[in-house]
Amino acid sequence: MSISLDEVRHVASLARLGIGDERARIMATELTSILEHMQVLSKVDTSEVDAATALAQPGMRLRRDQGPPIQLVRPPASFAPTLRDGFFLVPRLATHEDPEPAP
Amino acid sequence: MTHAGRAQPTGGAAAIAEAIARGARSPQQIVDDTFARAHEARAGADGLNAFLWSDERVVRDQAAALEKRLASGDAGPLSGVPVVVKDNIATLDSPTTCGSRILENYRSPFEATAISRLRDAGAVVVAKTNLDEFAMGSSTEYSAFGRTKHPLDARLVPGGSSGGSAAAVAAGITPIGLGSETGGSVRQPAAFCGIVGVKPTYGRVSRYGLVAFASSLDQIGVLGATVDDAALALQTIAGPDPQDATTRDVPVPDYRQALTSLDGVVIGRPREYYPEQLDREIAERCDRALEHCRALGATVRDVSLPSTDLAIPVYYIIAPAEASSNLARFDGVRYGLRVADDGLRAMYEATRSRGFGPEVSRRILLGTYVLSAGYYDAYYAKAMQVRSLISRDFTAVFSSGIDVLFTPTTPTPAFAAGSKTDPYDMYLSDVFTVTANLAGIPALSLPIGRVRGLPVGGQILAPHFAEQRMFGVAQALERALGSEADR
Repeated sequence: MSISLDEVRHVASLARLGIGDERARIMATELTSILEHMQVLSKVDTSEVDAATALAQPGMRLRRDQGPPIQLVRPPASFAPTLRDGFFLVPRLATHEDPEPAP
Repeated sequence: MTHAGRAQPTGGAAAIAEAIARGARSPQQIVDDTFARAHEARAGADGLNAFLWSDERVVRDQAAALEKRLASGDAGPLSGVPVVVKDNIATLDSPTTCGSRILENYRSPFEATAISRLRDAGAVVVAKTNLDEFAMGSSTEYSAFGRTKHPLDARLVPGGSSGGSAAAVAAGITPIGLGSETGGSVRQPAAFCGIVGVKPTYGRVSRYGLVAFASSLDQIGVLGATVDDAALALQTIAGPDPQDATTRDVPVPDYRQALTSLDGVVIGRPREYYPEQLDREIAERCDRALEHCRALGATVRDVSLPSTDLAIPVYYIIAPAEASSNLARFDGVRYGLRVADDGLRAMYEATRSRGFGPEVSRRILLGTYVLSAGYYDAYYAKAMQVRSLISRDFTAVFSSGIDVLFTPTTPTPAFAAGSKTDPYDMYLSDVFTVTANLAGIPALSLPIGRVRGLPVGGQILAPHFAEQRMFGVAQALERALGSEADR
């Protein structure tokens, strides 16, 4: 199998990774080579293994996705790129305008 | 000073804590010695490049706080013991960069449970150490802040991804280091550098504060100059944590309880880990180690783990798939690097392409591909099924009367920097280590001798939560090998 340049661009778009033409060409070659090594799995008989429970092995368990709140020693303002009134600022979606600088 | 017949510049973690407890040494004196050794070993960017951060003022503040605790009679099992910490484990008093431009200068607003437990036990964090970016690599060449060099030969890699911690412990700067394991990132550099590396059972150590790479595989692991140093470190950080629901409430026994005899212990020698193309001298070293085990009373049996050769393809589907999801959080919105661009999507793409290095980008693309519509069943679902087969292999062997398995840790000694240009060739460095991560079992690498002047490691694998048995066998073997481990 071979990964095309368009497939690399599509996957990069899904992953929100900016990728230039030269880099996309390199990645197409590298991913094709890596995935060729994965083809061996297609020949393995896994008819007796339920994919949905494949993770339920000793040492792992299903559990509720909850826990105590994380206590932040530093406020978000100390690590957020831009913050205003407790909200993270991002560029506008529709108008492509940058947010106004915080007062 | 020596321990188990091997050179130990720090004196060993237990000896340091004991000297502190009886007042023979002070934490500030230990800090003095540690910085002197770091200076001598040239641990910083102008030398080994093992340290990404080390601030003497911050370290001395820790030592001063510890002296107050000691004055009130509050001594811990690691009082005054200097430790180094891989820079993907969150610390409050230093940056946590993951070796990435996208987190350059990032300071976590919370601390990892493993770090809190080390500090509660009296340990002093002296440095954050270099790693392959986001722990993705086997050589520490993929750090955004330059590669770490092997302490014995600067032309070689120290292994990875916990190469900075491994190099620091191997250089004798600290007796203990923290690393992280997803596919062998503690054991492989431990083997390359001639020290002890431990991957605990999945669920044994809290992952809270460990920056996620592949959540079903990740575990914080320990590096020690000796088996005893590693045992003491794991003893301190193991146990359930309400902040990580995947930790298990399983008793933590005494890992330092040494075995003087291996009478009645049955050691499995899985033939798939000794292929014909294995470096002959490494195979000889492993055979020699098994001879020592027999002399101590162990029985050695040939066994088979037939799915072993599928482990690398399985791992390099599952780990990138999970990584592509976990690393989606680095988008320039809430923390880390933001590259301003025209619009939200362009900002995401510019931030991530500028912030991530080539190996991280490669794995994100690979992971996104195997999870994408049309390929999910063929790659990810299939890999999960085969992972189950690999796990069943271990269950079957351990159910057949085998107590532990013994294998080489790596197929080769440390290799030259820049020598592995094909990504898959680099991935094969992990061929003997990824299985333990896929099955969730504990594994330990200890030095068993040198090949062409370079250290090689022997690996002991045990059933889930049987770390005590694993450490017992390792301590007995370490003692039997003595200085042979360094020859």
